[in-house]
Amino acid sequence: MLDSLAQLGRLGLRMIERLGRAHLLLGGILEGLGSLLARPGLLLRQLFAVGVLSVLIVSVSGLFVGMVLGLQGYYVLSKFGAEQTLGVMVAASLVRELGPVVTALLFAGRAGSALTAEIGLMKATEQLSGLEMMAVDPIKRVLTPRFFAGLISMPLLASMFSAIGVIGGYFVGVGLLGVDDGAYWSQMQHTIDLHEDIFNGVIKSLVFGAVCTWIALFQGYDATPTSEGVSRATTRAVVHSALAVLCLDFVLTALMFGE
Amino acid sequence: MAARSSADNAPLVRIRGLSFSRGERLIFDGVDIDIPRGKITAIMGPSGTGKTTLLKLIGGQLRPDAGTVEVDGQDIHALSSRDLYRLRTRMGMLFQSGALLTDLSVFENVAYPLREHTRLPLAMIRKLVLMKLEAVGLRGAQELMPSELSGGMARRVALARAIALDPMMIMYDEPFTGQDPISMGVLVQLIRKLNDASNMTSVIVSHDVAETAQISDLVYLISSGKVTGRGTPRALERSTSEWVRQFLQGLPDGPVHFHYPAPPLAEDLLGETGRGRT
Repeated sequence: MLDSLAQLGRLGLRMIERLGRAHLLLGGILEGLGSLLARPGLLLRQLFAVGVLSVLIVSVSGLFVGMVLGLQGYYVLSKFGAEQTLGVMVAASLVRELGPVVTALLFAGRAGSALTAEIGLMKATEQLSGLEMMAVDPIKRVLTPRFFAGLISMPLLASMFSAIGVIGGYFVGVGLLGVDDGAYWSQMQHTIDLHEDIFNGVIKSLVFGAVCTWIALFQGYDATPTSEGVSRATTRAVVHSALAVLCLDFVLTALMFGE
Repeated sequence: MAARSSADNAPLVRIRGLSFSRGERLIFDGVDIDIPRGKITAIMGPSGTGKTTLLKLIGGQLRPDAGTVEVDGQDIHALSSRDLYRLRTRMGMLFQSGALLTDLSVFENVAYPLREHTRLPLAMIRKLVLMKLEAVGLRGAQELMPSELSGGMARRVALARAIALDPMMIMYDEPFTGQDPISMGVLVQLIRKLNDASNMTSVIVSHDVAETAQISDLVYLISSGKVTGRGTPRALERSTSEWVRQFLQGLPDGPVHFHYPAPPLAEDLLGETGRGRT
């Protein structure tokens, strides 16, 4: 009994210690913003690796999610004779929720896992130590550009996801199921609010981008420098990111849309 | 003038009362080491004695539990982050794995510290990089990527990178491990030549006795967290210490036993509750 309690205590202490290390790392990353602005090339390279290379998976997923929303939405709305509001349903679902959340989950799976593995392997092969001994701060030089690339990419990717999803919903709703073309777009334009819907969605995706990238970078930086350690860190990065995104989505939704 | 001369004679690295532990395990227990300027000093000892840890303590990548490490008169663990990084520009380190940046070519790897710490024009950087690569015999490999290099070549590129800023000292972490005889011979020659030509201070951490002793001016032997021997390679060869003789001659048994501590074999074989029973 006492042993179990002691073990629980140790586990708790380790978690607090890790959380502390993660926050210190975040502080170091943010401190590097000044030097990043002096070398924008570093950020551009990471924007390509983190953002541009995620465009395909986000676009294809957005298209299919939009098509499914069109299909499911039509069957529900047509029961109440409200199929002309399909555009609103598809757009609101995407912009408010599915765009930021699904993009963040895809981002964690593609870019986040790649970041963790890359940083973890750099640690295992002593590249980070090598930079330190060359008097180059690896946090500012390696981690800061990746963090800000994630932060900038996520809202853009989520916007892309939502836009392509709306087109997917249009293909199914208007193209296949016979919803009126004008009604699809005009209802959407009339109902979707720039501040309430779109800005809130962008804020969500910014928060998710920061959290997913932070988790991925910390897991890589804190990984045990062995192949097994890097593999575990990569798994942890994806799992923790997914849980953090879903929990934060609830909190943010309650704050933004709760009465 | 006298003050200058005494500073020149002072050891470049001065370690006093160094203690360091990882968890429960004590790695160093009150170690004193002096690394003289302009010489090659070898730190030798069995695997797992903390030789690489010692280099990380000298480089300020780890903090000791007690004691001080002074590099060129500066207590490295009392320096601010900015001053520590400034001091590191005068220290080079050759990692066991080479630690080359895998996304950069050989040329870019060697140019990296120059680009980071100097404002030299590109043409000058190119000339310096080619000179450093020429010194390690790999000017022709400048376009290759690290994945295209053999282990020995990777270490030579890393060596060219380590000397790019003409540091006052270089630390070599197991430079000969896993090298074929030709690569090993090349590295042995390079370390000695670079040290003499640039009047650098070199610290080699290794357990390759013959190769290291061949080029070292001073050897420290470390075991169980203590310095167990110190002197020139010749002086240590004549040592009467059983441990020193066992280590230098590679004897399988002696003060360091061949067997890991265990209960008697018969007891283990005939015992009822031995480990590993299924």
